[in-house]
Amino acid sequence: MSGARPAMSGAGQAMSGAGQAMSDAATMLRRNARHTLRNPGAMIMTIGLPVVLLLLFVGVLGGALNAGLGPAAHGGDYINYVVPGIILMTVGYGATTTALAVNRDMTQGIIARFRTMAISRTSVLTGHVVGSTARTLASAVLVTGVAVLLGFRPTGDSLRWLATIALITLVTLALTWLAVAVGLLAKTAEGVSGFTLIVQLLPFLSSAFVPPDSMSGTVRWFATHEPFTPIIDALRGLLLGTPVEHGGVLAVGWCVALALVGYLWARALFRRDPIR
Amino acid sequence: MASTAARSAIAVTGLRRSFGGTVVLDGVDFDVPEGSTFSLLGPNGAGKTTAVQILSTLIGFDGGQARIAGHDLASEPDAVRAAIGVTGQFSAVDGLLTGEENLILMADLHHLGRAGARRRSAELLDKFDLVDAARKPASTYSGGMRRRLDLAMTLVGRPRVIFLDEPTAGLDPRSRRMMWQTVRELVSGGVTIFLTTQYLEEADELADRIGVLDHGKLVAVGTAEELKRNVPGGHVRLQFGAAADLDAAARELSDAARDDEALSLQVPSDGGLPALRALLDRLDRAEIEVDGLSVHTPDLDDVFFALTGHPTTAKEPTP
Repeated sequence: MSGARPAMSGAGQAMSGAGQAMSDAATMLRRNARHTLRNPGAMIMTIGLPVVLLLLFVGVLGGALNAGLGPAAHGGDYINYVVPGIILMTVGYGATTTALAVNRDMTQGIIARFRTMAISRTSVLTGHVVGSTARTLASAVLVTGVAVLLGFRPTGDSLRWLATIALITLVTLALTWLAVAVGLLAKTAEGVSGFTLIVQLLPFLSSAFVPPDSMSGTVRWFATHEPFTPIIDALRGLLLGTPVEHGGVLAVGWCVALALVGYLWARALFRRDPIR
Repeated sequence: MASTAARSAIAVTGLRRSFGGTVVLDGVDFDVPEGSTFSLLGPNGAGKTTAVQILSTLIGFDGGQARIAGHDLASEPDAVRAAIGVTGQFSAVDGLLTGEENLILMADLHHLGRAGARRRSAELLDKFDLVDAARKPASTYSGGMRRRLDLAMTLVGRPRVIFLDEPTAGLDPRSRRMMWQTVRELVSGGVTIFLTTQYLEEADELADRIGVLDHGKLVAVGTAEELKRNVPGGHVRLQFGAAADLDAAARELSDAARDDEALSLQVPSDGGLPALRALLDRLDRAEIEVDGLSVHTPDLDDVFFALTGHPTTAKEPTP
């Protein structure tokens, strides 16, 4: 700052860079929390859709799938097989909400306002990511609670539970950063729908509902190699107390890779000139 | 007065910017002294919004230099941001938050502290007549209320330089007057205002100096008086009921432009009462019957036509 000019707001100027960034991120996080409380519909959708799918697959199709797949192969009841996939879908729906929220910020022009203020630039995105992750984790806990009421019986091993929470958090961060990038990229709310479709469709083409072995040709190849499958398999192993393939390296690797891509992409989009 | 006049709040030299292959700003120079109002006047597509976006650090520029509140735009963007406030064409308010929460959000980002934030927010709600709506979500506000909230949010941090991009576009006359009043108050408090507008009247009302922007170039800079003096667009339009009257009038008023289809005549005039009286007397003496009369003062179109040789609307020839 030039010495000739009196500082505008003493407290603000005196604050250190890191302190200011923290304070701005906290302000953005408060704003995000308010949005969630003000707009409960989004949260209800995030929980409601996975619960409906859970009821559909366990209540309606569960009997037939149980008979067809053979319960012995998947640690007993079909509900135990399907819940990890449902949890991942919850995370996916949560990310969709985030993409829409970021896109609303862009189209409303409030992000343009933030950009012209002397605030920590990353705080806008950090607020979204931290807020969304917290909201999505809360949704995942609620969906898991419903699953337990419906007969889901996970392992009691606390170490595996910790690993489960860590993995869900990691995949949430990955999908949320991707969602932020998509929200920044899309010109309108409709532009986000491609992401929504992918996130909602990929679980069906994975090991979420039936093992890829039971699928045919190309679909099986896709289902085996897409990122959701190793993540769901790892979650399933952790939750049911069964062995996790490759020690979960593939699952964690995919999460880290997706998170990194999402983060770098979002950062680049946020920095570029908003050309209208 | 002498000491402040010397300091410039916005100093721009040779500012250039193109998008893809299109040149949007083509070497623009101007200087805005502290505590004054500068208006960038021009039609849609002239580059006004781009100028505001560049000067408010929102987008970069390809060439030239700009200093705002004493800080270099390119090398000290954060110092510039700390000194400015921006209200764009489209209200940048958070629709899910209430008016009060929007203001407190701004106050928190300016680190005013809890009590300070509440005090500043209450002050601005009162000033902008938003007290009754303070606890309602901004998404329920009318267009005028949103614009007032938008400006109030801009003022939270007491910026020294304020950019207003078409601040009254789409506003009703009452809200427009209110906006003008606010701008005048800010200027009298020493704030520098940079505003863009499509309305000559608005620039005339508010600006100390006006820059006319056309296709990315400043074609004229001066006071409203200086600009209008060079604009011959003022005229009186006479409407006739019969072709014979039109012929007679055209003979009488040789400097007028006639329109045979509309049976009308455009007589150059400053539109003042003495000129009108003289004109009517002349027509009376020649016993010419006039159906109707209207007075046209120079508007943006006239300013444009005079300065650029083409009207504001005809950016490309229609096929």
